Amino acid sequence: MAWLLNLLQVILFVATAPLLAGWIKKLKCWSQNRMAPSVLQPYRDLFKLIRKETVVAEGASWIFHMAPYIIFSVAVLAAAIVPLVAVQLPTARLADVIVLVGFFALARFFQALAGLDIGTAFGGMGSSREMTVASLAEPAMLMAVFTLAVSMSTTNLSAAIATLLHEPLTIRPSFVFAGLGLALVAVAETGCIPVDNPATHLELTMIHEAMILEYSGHHLALIEWAAQIRMMIYAVLLANIFMPWGLADNFGLAALGWGMIAILVKLVGITVVLVLAEAVLAKMRLFRAQHFLGFAYLLALLGMLTHVILEVG
Amino acid sequence: METLTSLYGQAVLLLAALVLFTSFVMLAQSRVTALVNLFALQGILLAATTALVAIVQNSPHLIISATLTLGLKGVLIPLLLHWLILRMGLHRTIDEVKRPLQLLLGAASLVVFSYYVTLPVVELSELETRNIIAASAATLLLGMLLMISHRQAISHVVGFMAMENALFFSAVVSTYGMPLVVELGVAFDVMVAAVIFGVFFFQIRESIDSLDVDRLSRLTEIEDNE
Repeated sequence: MAWLLNLLQVILFVATAPLLAGWIKKLKCWSQNRMAPSVLQPYRDLFKLIRKETVVAEGASWIFHMAPYIIFSVAVLAAAIVPLVAVQLPTARLADVIVLVGFFALARFFQALAGLDIGTAFGGMGSSREMTVASLAEPAMLMAVFTLAVSMSTTNLSAAIATLLHEPLTIRPSFVFAGLGLALVAVAETGCIPVDNPATHLELTMIHEAMILEYSGHHLALIEWAAQIRMMIYAVLLANIFMPWGLADNFGLAALGWGMIAILVKLVGITVVLVLAEAVLAKMRLFRAQHFLGFAYLLALLGMLTHVILEVG
Repeated sequence: METLTSLYGQAVLLLAALVLFTSFVMLAQSRVTALVNLFALQGILLAATTALVAIVQNSPHLIISATLTLGLKGVLIPLLLHWLILRMGLHRTIDEVKRPLQLLLGAASLVVFSYYVTLPVVELSELETRNIIAASAATLLLGMLLMISHRQAISHVVGFMAMENALFFSAVVSTYGMPLVVELGVAFDVMVAAVIFGVFFFQIRESIDSLDVDRLSRLTEIEDNE
């Protein structure tokens, strides 16, 4: 029963990721006074890409062919670790949050290799930029996650969230800072405005798009879908770690229903904040990204320090 | 969280952490007007912390201190500094920090240092706010770092005032505030200091045409003669 629910949750996660992307697109259009495409547009795009012919450059090696499959399957595995509607599901218990960060790193590694593989100027540039951003974002994310792990004395995401769920309302200064730090990392990692802008194909600014320029057809569909899943993972992480209320802790129908409604409300809230931030901020120069991510690291570090100083002893 | 278990207590911890955080943001801030605004924010947060401690600990004299802090450091001194900045046409001045990231990481290590230094004091203390002592010591050191790292005289004054904030902060959390007479005296001193600094600004600007204190170390007369 638990495994079946687990499978359902992962399928729900993967299937609704494009919906989240469509919803963000819609909010963005509204914030800019534009006509919005339907929320289902990402599904249509994915379907179109899957049907199209897949063209591969002549000198491409096996890495270029394998990368989309690896990136997509790693994204699905990562989605299996994150509690979406219910905690204490079997796969969430198997792997802890460091594995999650490792999955992200693995996907990024193959994406960067695939960008380099073709040997075009853009691919290499994109890979180099992506690794620069990643090398700064990863320590910040780990530090934010360690703050959670130290407070809850477990690195298992599901167990930590379950503990949070059962305790009475507690205000933790460390969580405020770690949450802000993780939010900044999420903005950088999912290519939102102050760091990257996936909507543009302007060669001076693009990071993520530069790496996948050579992909087409179902390869591109898989990579786009994986990016949408990653966006969803970050949003769900922020929602469920720092606002765990409403998650189902048993497998009853009522609890699961409430879990669905809760995560829906939380995701809508988070995306509204994200889109407002994108509308207000201007895109940074690439070389300002280190200051941005350095600030994220500092916030996460402050979270850890305030935990040690203020909350222990 | 063993020491402050009530929701009020946790709110005190959160506000204390935010006071420390404003010190960090002040360090990275390079615009003078924004720096003064952050200083005002720190004053307001400090007043809120004091008021909450007063409510939690049932010590009404702290309410008076909180009101004094709010009026003086949250409103009056920032307004005075803004007036000075406008008067001297400094509102577009950028006090660029060299290597902001290294500065902030250095500041984080100062927090660890002050935690290490205040550990014996914290162990001796019986107060419920004893954990915040380290944060207040760190705020003090960050104020000093602000004075060291910035070059505009206005930033130095803000750093000095931030240090005074931190001293008040540590008095509140380590002994629930100084006697009221002392606090009134200190508040008056700070007010007078702010006015005297204003006079000094005009003096400095008249002699070196700028408030960049690095230029004070140059010998202008020799350059003039040549």
